[in-house]
Amino acid sequence: MTRIRITFTKQGALRYTGHLDLHRLLERAARRAELPLAYSQGFHPQPKISIAAALPLGFASRAEVLDMKLEQEIDLNDLPARLNATLPTGLQVLKAELVDERAPALQTQVLSATYEVRLTEPVIGAELTRRVKEMMAIESLPRERRNKPYDLRPLIEMLSVVTESSGEVWLRMTLAAREGATGRPEEVLNALGIEFETTKIERTKLIFIS
Amino acid sequence: MLTPEQIENKLDRILLRVQKPGRYVGGELNSTVKSWDSARTRVALVFPDIYDIGVSNVGLKILYDLINQRDDALAERAYAPWFDMEELMRQNEIPLYALESKQPLACFDLIGISLPYETLYTNALNILDLSGIPVRSLDRDESHPVIIAGGHSTMNPEPMYAFIDAFVIGEGEEAIQDVINTIQDFKAKRKEEGNTLFHLSSFDARTELLHQLSKIQGIYVPRFYEASYLDDGTVAAIEPTLPDVPKIVTKRIVAVLPPPPTKFIVPNIDIVHNRVSVEIMRGCTRGCRFCHAGMITRPIRERSVDEVLEAAEAALKATGFEELALLSLSSSDYTNVLELVTRVGEKFAGKHLKIGLPSLRIESVSIDLMEKLKDSRSGGFTLAPEAATERMRRIINKYISDDDIIETTREIYRRGWTTIKLYFMIGHPSETLEDVQAIAELCKRVLLEGRKVAGMRIKLNVGVSTFVPKSQTPFQWVSCDTPEQIKAKQSLLKREFIRDKNIKLSWTDAEDSFLEAWLSRGDRRLAEVIYTAWMNGAKFDAWFEGRKYQTWMDSFAENGLDPLFYTHRQRRTDEVFPWEHITAAVRKSFLFQDFRQSLEGKIRVDCRLDCFACGILPTFANMRRDNPGDVWKCPDVKSPQSNNPLSVSSMKLPMVGD
Repeated sequence: MTRIRITFTKQGALRYTGHLDLHRLLERAARRAELPLAYSQGFHPQPKISIAAALPLGFASRAEVLDMKLEQEIDLNDLPARLNATLPTGLQVLKAELVDERAPALQTQVLSATYEVRLTEPVIGAELTRRVKEMMAIESLPRERRNKPYDLRPLIEMLSVVTESSGEVWLRMTLAAREGATGRPEEVLNALGIEFETTKIERTKLIFIS
Repeated sequence: MLTPEQIENKLDRILLRVQKPGRYVGGELNSTVKSWDSARTRVALVFPDIYDIGVSNVGLKILYDLINQRDDALAERAYAPWFDMEELMRQNEIPLYALESKQPLACFDLIGISLPYETLYTNALNILDLSGIPVRSLDRDESHPVIIAGGHSTMNPEPMYAFIDAFVIGEGEEAIQDVINTIQDFKAKRKEEGNTLFHLSSFDARTELLHQLSKIQGIYVPRFYEASYLDDGTVAAIEPTLPDVPKIVTKRIVAVLPPPPTKFIVPNIDIVHNRVSVEIMRGCTRGCRFCHAGMITRPIRERSVDEVLEAAEAALKATGFEELALLSLSSSDYTNVLELVTRVGEKFAGKHLKIGLPSLRIESVSIDLMEKLKDSRSGGFTLAPEAATERMRRIINKYISDDDIIETTREIYRRGWTTIKLYFMIGHPSETLEDVQAIAELCKRVLLEGRKVAGMRIKLNVGVSTFVPKSQTPFQWVSCDTPEQIKAKQSLLKREFIRDKNIKLSWTDAEDSFLEAWLSRGDRRLAEVIYTAWMNGAKFDAWFEGRKYQTWMDSFAENGLDPLFYTHRQRRTDEVFPWEHITAAVRKSFLFQDFRQSLEGKIRVDCRLDCFACGILPTFANMRRDNPGDVWKCPDVKSPQSNNPLSVSSMKLPMVGD
């Protein structure tokens, strides 16, 4: 048994493929690439693929991470090319590396995630910067999600406004992504008074316990 | 017209508000995205139900591949948006678009709609409307795409005559090429000659193009035919209005099945059938009298075991799917079925693959076949006795004895399957409550006998559908059961099975069957009923969410028609049917003879054993002569080649009433 860690993108049409469907898709891709996927025991054997952190529907990502267990060792150098040849446009393997098989489960190792938020409706940069500063200055931001009160503020690790030389204004944020403490970009946007539907969100990095 | 970029931008704003947005974005592996500008003919293939159902349709997949193999054409796909998406599309003025290029459907040259069953009719209208294309054929002009339709239900195209420009009757593999070529020739000529092309013709450009299409064998252009009616409401005649369109349109077939598609679309979301399907055989020789497919897909043509295996392997490699379905109307009748399953079993053993072999005969050999295909016996085993009394089985020409059923099911349980599914139909001609009672008795016996060999854990699922008489079958003359009869039969079964929690009964709602029944043997006047029903909100008629029985009843009333005329009426023996000018090459006289034999309780054996002269051979004699031997299961045609250079179209076709 060997365990490999794969970093990949999820973009374009694939933004609308949910977490469970992505599992299925990856399993098929592995089968097409003839990787010796390891399966669980039992009545309904499941492939041993685990994805670090579910990406919300509609989000793009430049840096998704998964662990996959294989029955035999394979050449990791040509693995990205082998998988990419059989992945739908929008999914692309960037990196494959060997992981200690006894290392803790990937999901338990995620600390936070960084997002870029592009705005499709014009905004006044200075006004947005003011609102961001205000939000970062306060200590508590009580909100409610699915009828449960929680504090958004401690989940925001970083939030900044970027102004391009072209004049385009966008947001960058790093939010906690620990089990039981996950900040959601759309909640931050909502708190800033930006309509979620007018944005394009891309996850750019997952930060792990090193 | 919106550009693809504009459509995509609008989509990004609404997609997170609908269920399963992955239905609407394309981008699947094995979909073909060709350059829009370099294709001379752009074809949109539409399955008028949701993506989840349509994407695995094999018929459209065949056409998709064939068209995309041409350098001068492209094919893209579209499906019916679900209620939530349709509402948002209409609100945001997003026209229906094709998944590959996101081009609006209205920008295509040709739209091909698959109509395998009648409950898709309102959706087909809705799709045209969502595309901004006039729903009625006569309201469209040269700027609109040509709308064609095909599929099993179009063996009686008449209820949809007002909405479809041209129907492809029969198999589409070759016909689609002819249609595309004709459109290309016409457009080239039109460019060259401009309006002078129509100097001698009173036709506008669109009508002239359809006129050209009507000359292709198997193409039916309804606007060139007129129906007249007798005082009793039945059809008097359906006649061509032009001298050079065929009086009778004979279905198109391919002599030899072309290589099966292997690059199946791999959806990025979960759908109904995540599988590779390989058609092992087309047609059926069993002659079950209720079976539309069995009558209209003759003759039998098989693929070789090698070809099936190669295709299955290539398709599994191209898709990574976890399921393989070997499709045919009657797997047991495939000549080398034992060799096929043995080799499939060996080849794919231990690959976490589920293999489906549908429509097996009720005999122990079937169990041997299934055993070779299964890694574990956890799944169910499906058999379709259809009826439970000897009398009924003789009437429908599907003869299996109770003893065979008991013996086979007992053996299935004994060998380790824990669930068996038995399919029955109620509403067969002359069926009584006793015949239905027999279904209950037989099922109980199956379970009882099974328990003797496999204990108490075994289960039986009983699926009971309602028979709907179809055009072009021996039962096209019969009346349907009334809703009261159907409900009485269903409650009898529900009562019988309610106490045994190991028997699970499923049935089709009586009202759903009626919609199918009106439309399957309907005439041209039903086009207005469909239109009115659709205008009043009918769509997704096969779905619980779309059920609008009262809307349909109102729409019959509004158009002065009686639904019972179409369903609960025994047809006169000399009745001219609304589909009299369309033939599946199985003669009306043959069907009538078979119907008479049914009334006498006479069985007809498998026609591989004895040719009953259904009409296929005389119609396609030249084709058969050119393709002798095992390719077809019909007898060889040995008579010398006729001098006539034209094959099928010039041959004597079955005449009305012959």
